[in-house]
This record gives sequence, structure tokens and C-alpha cells, in this order.
Amino acid sequence: MTRFVERHPAWALIIIIAIAVALWLIFAVWPPGLEDAIGRKRVFLNAVFNGITLGGLYFLVASGFTLIFGLMRNVNLAHGSLYLFGGYVGYAISASTGSWLLSFIIAFILTALVGVLLQLIVFRRMEGQDLRQTMVTIGLSIVFADLMLWACGGDFYQIQTPNWLIGPVELPLITAVKSSGEPVYLRYPLVRLVIFVASVVIGVAMWLALNRTRIGMIIRAGVDDRDILAATGVRIQLVFVGVFALGAGLAGIAGVVGGTFQSLSPGEDIRFLLASLVVVIVGGMGSIPGAALGALIIGLAEQLGSVYIPTYAIVVTFLIMVLVLAIRPQGLVARR
Amino acid sequence: MSLAHDARVAVHPAGVAQRSARGWPEINNPAAWIVAAILLIMPLIANGFFLIEIFATTLILGTMALSLMFLAGYGGMVSLMQLTIAGFSAYMVAVFGVSGNANISLGWPWWLAVPMALALATIFGTLGGALAVRTEGIYTIMITLAIGAAFYYFTNQNWAIFNGHTGINTVATPHFWGVNWRADIPFYYIVLAVAALCYFAVEYVSRAPFGLALQGVRDNPRRMAALGFNVNAHRVAAYAFASFVAALAGVLQVWNYRQISPGSVSVGACIDILIIAVVGGITRPIGPFIGALIFVLLRTFAIDFLVKLGLDGNRFRLLIGLGFLAIVFWSSDGVIGLWQSWWRRQRSGAARSSGRHGRGSGQGSGQASGQGSGHG
Repeated sequence: MTRFVERHPAWALIIIIAIAVALWLIFAVWPPGLEDAIGRKRVFLNAVFNGITLGGLYFLVASGFTLIFGLMRNVNLAHGSLYLFGGYVGYAISASTGSWLLSFIIAFILTALVGVLLQLIVFRRMEGQDLRQTMVTIGLSIVFADLMLWACGGDFYQIQTPNWLIGPVELPLITAVKSSGEPVYLRYPLVRLVIFVASVVIGVAMWLALNRTRIGMIIRAGVDDRDILAATGVRIQLVFVGVFALGAGLAGIAGVVGGTFQSLSPGEDIRFLLASLVVVIVGGMGSIPGAALGALIIGLAEQLGSVYIPTYAIVVTFLIMVLVLAIRPQGLVARR
Repeated sequence: MSLAHDARVAVHPAGVAQRSARGWPEINNPAAWIVAAILLIMPLIANGFFLIEIFATTLILGTMALSLMFLAGYGGMVSLMQLTIAGFSAYMVAVFGVSGNANISLGWPWWLAVPMALALATIFGTLGGALAVRTEGIYTIMITLAIGAAFYYFTNQNWAIFNGHTGINTVATPHFWGVNWRADIPFYYIVLAVAALCYFAVEYVSRAPFGLALQGVRDNPRRMAALGFNVNAHRVAAYAFASFVAALAGVLQVWNYRQISPGSVSVGACIDILIIAVVGGITRPIGPFIGALIFVLLRTFAIDFLVKLGLDGNRFRLLIGLGFLAIVFWSSDGVIGLWQSWWRRQRSGAARSSGRHGRGSGQGSGQASGQGSGHG
């Protein structure tokens, strides 16, 4: 952190000012002039919260993607299919048992199993052939998409939110002050907050596991140089299978989350594949903190964009990607 | 990088490159003359449905895939946005030209709208390429896929220019010299002429100094940079050339269907172009056309075929996906590679008695000799 400030004082200043402005916008009571200029604070706060929670969902999808890419150099373009598969599994479980939490567990296990099978049957045979692996994942994504269309049809599915999570919760953030002087607080759906907290917990747990445990050390070493790691006697294939399972499982969990606060339909796989692509390009490929930062930026840009410049929301996301590629082609949080 | 890269390092021994640099390889190849003759007299053989729905569509898709083949085969850059460039060009023809959506179309005559569309699409593709060359290898796939997907969602959201998800309909097609150029037979010849032009242009460029330098950049960018070549400029120029080819195909496509909508530039369609190129083979310009023929035949007849087998006719994409997987698994050079290795095996089987050494075990060496003999 201090090194960054020392090396890029201008950027650090800009970032600090931006954060300060954002915090002021979130916590202060807006003066009337500002409300006239850009609309009501409630709309803004809702967009910010939607953006942050959407960022949490994007992080869940993209972290698995970036983890697999970082260790195995495998651009898994079937990642969106794993997301959708997890969502459908979650829907089936929650519809038949009525248990939301169980659907997470089953979706995680089943998508992780699919991941293990993919790694063992397909990717292990073409190790080190990046482009061929990518082609195979494209083929797989087509096959999976059609199989899921076959099995589930083209309908929209939404996973039922459990009763104890339904309804809004009042947050200590003032959106406006009534003429009587009484403050109006922001109300926000509880389920989204819970999901966001859960994704933060998962992210922190992953970061701790990667940086504080022996397995994490092996994985980080594998990211740096897997040949030397294999030469030291680590059973690298086992590590690969494990990481692929974890990455796929995370996509499955994300599918359940996405099915709960959005919906599941054919085409969502492509949407989330695109989201994770942009997130990891912006954040830096192969980096978990990068995925978190990228997911936050893209989630916020998408939601704020869709509120304030509705027809060009997707362009904003895309412009951010272009900007990052132009300034830092390796991504915002990447070592190389 | 095995698919396009490693194998290719072995493919061009210096002798082959020099030998093939002299003349057109097609001139001495009887099969090429037969194919050309058949294509020329096609309207006598095939009726309207086959002429347009099969052969013209094949040539249009093949031209799009040809632009990808040029980038992937000679430049080592697998770009998934070639269809997006073609779609952009198609949209521009509809926006500048005459269409049923009078509130959007500017109503320019076709001879003004088409060059405009070609120029804009080439600029669009070049800018996208300039973005994509900032990274290498598999990153190119990710970035170009992101560009393609962004364009798809943008056309869906934008109503001012792209008319949202309904797209632009009843696009006018050229009429001049008393000929309706969208009538089956004239249109087929336009498509054939453009496809042939692009094919020979790609073939020519691949053996021109620029193309050779591009192949050098593909094989060893660092060394080319040390020799004084501007690596990124060559790559961006390759994108510009490929974008122009794709833009031409886009103009033909919008004339073919007379409409353009986000569905035609969807991510799935972008990936279809990659499938066509890879299935056909991305080491030679004829590959994309073979791939396109297979793809179009499958797309048109798979439904009947599947129903005849007692299966669900809607599983066409499953068939495409499985076929693509099979090709990627067993051949690094599409059906051309499969055919060549089969042909070589026949020949080496026959020649083994006379003491010629058989083909190497690896795919790379098999291809290397396959390529050499293919040109001879």
C-alpha cells in the first residue's frame, strides 16, 4: 500500500479523492441542488447496493475462473455452463426439498464433480496446450448448453428465497430528510445483503487458505512455476484436480445465488462467462484480490450505468475494460 | 498454443516457404480447377434453394471464417470477433442504405453505403485488434470474445442506431444495369466473386513480404523484433486486412437475408465462425470453406437426419458441439489434417516397400510433410 502511494502519488491522490467523494455521496444527506442534478439519493444508494451485491455474485463466478486459469493456464470457457448447471441443480433441490441451504451444498458437490471429471478425462490429456484446451472448453460449453436446454427447456426459473430471508431490512443510511425533520432510512432486501456477506466470507476464506495454509502455498507455488513444483515431489495432478473442483464448485454456488436473486434461463451461461471474462481482464488474470476488485468495479459500473445511462450501460463496462487494457494490459492487481 | 502455433513451427521448412512463394499452388492442381469449374457452372446444376441456402451461405460464412483463418493461421491470433466485424458492417449497410426502418436508415444509394460500411467496419476491427494485440495467445480469445459479447448486448440495448432487439428489416439490395442483383443467380455470382477474391487475396498476402513477416511474428515475435520488425504493427495490420475481408462478407450477409438483428451477431454465432474455421482447418485458406460447407449442410439437414434416426431434431447444436470436440481431440488441423494424414498413411504404406521412411509419430511432423506434399 505505502509502496503504491510512493510510486504513483498522482494516482493515489485521485483514488483517495474518488473514495472520499463516494463515501460522502453514500453517507451525507444530499443538498437539494445535487438531488435536482442527478436524481434522488434513494435511487443512487439502491444502485450502489445492487452494484456491490452483483459484484459479490460476479466475484463468486470469476474467482473460480481466475483460480483455474492462474494454476492451470486453462481458460475455461465452459465456466458459464458450470454456473448455469449449478443454478439448475440448486433449483431442482430447493424445489423438491424446500431447503435453500441444502441446494448450495448439493450444487457445490455436483458441479465440483463435473469439474473433477473434466480435469481427469479431458484437460489432463492436453496439458500445456493452452489453445487446444480453450477450444475444447468452447466445444464443451456448446454441448452443455444444448444438453441443459434439452433437460430444462427454455423457461425462466427462479429459486425460492427462504422465508427467513424475505423482506427488506432497514439500514442506518439516511436517504432523505422529511419536511418534519425526520430522517428516512434506506430499506434493502435482506437476502442480497446475506449473499453479499457470504461472498465476502468466501473470498476472505479463499485468501486466507491461499496465503496461510500449506495447500495454499503449494497452489501459489504452482501458479509461479508448476514444473519446479512437480519436481519437488508434490503430486501436482492431485492439486490440479482439487483446484478445478473448487473453481467449478464456486461456479455452482454462484449459480444458486444467481438463480435466487436473478433468474435462470438459457443464455445466462454466456452472460456470466462474459462477466467473468471482463472481471478477470480488469482485475488481473489469476489473482483472487484482482477478481474481487474487478467484480466490484464491474458490478457497480453495470448497476450505476443502467440507472443513469440506461442505453449505454454495457458500453460503460466495456469502456472500463478498454481503459484497463490501454493503461495496464496485465490487469489492475497483477504482478506481471 | 499447440493448435495453431507449435505445429506450425515445423510446418514451414525454409525450402517450402521459398518454393511456394513463387507461384500460385492452385495452377498445377487439377482438383482446384475442377472445383472452380463446378462452382462456376453451379447455377446449371443446383436450383435456387441449394444455390443460395447452401452454396452462397457457405461462401459467405467461409469468407468470414477465412478472415479468422488468416489471423489464426498466419498471425497466431485466434480472434472471436470476426463475426462481430461482419455484423457491424452489415448493420452499417442497413443504417446508411435503404431499409424498411426509415427512421433509422439514411437512404444512401448502395454504392455509397457499402464503401462507407466497409471503411467503418475495417476501422472498428482495426481498433479492436489494436486492443487485442496488447496481450497474447489465449488472452486474445478472451478479449475478442468480450468485444463480441459487448457488441451483441449493445445492439440489443441501443435503439437509436441499431434498433434494439428487432434489428433492421427489409434492407434494400442493389439493382443496376437492369439486373436485380439479389435474384438467385446474379447474387450467387457476386458471392462467388467476392469469396474468390478474398481467397486469392489471403493466399497472395500470405506469400507477400508482409505475410511472411507476419508468419515470422507468429513463430517467434522476439526474434522478429530483434530483426527490426515492428511486431505489433504487423499484428494490427493483419487485423485490418482480416477486418476488411470480414466486412465484405458482412455486406453479402445482409443482402442475403435482407435483415440484420442482434441474433445474427450473438456470441453463439461468433463461436460458430471459430468452429467453422477449426473444423475446416486453420492452416490453409481452403479450410474455412470446407468447414463452412460441413456446417451449413449439418445445419440444414441435421434436423431431418436426426428425426429419421428417431431422435429429437432440435439437437442440432449438440451434434455440432460433439463434432467440434471430436475434431479438436483427434486432429490439430481440422478435416484437412485428417484427410492429409489418411492420404499420407496410404502413400507411406505403399512406399514403405521401396524404402521411403514413413511418417513421424507426432502430429507436427505429420503435418509438416503433409503441407509440403500438398503444395507440390
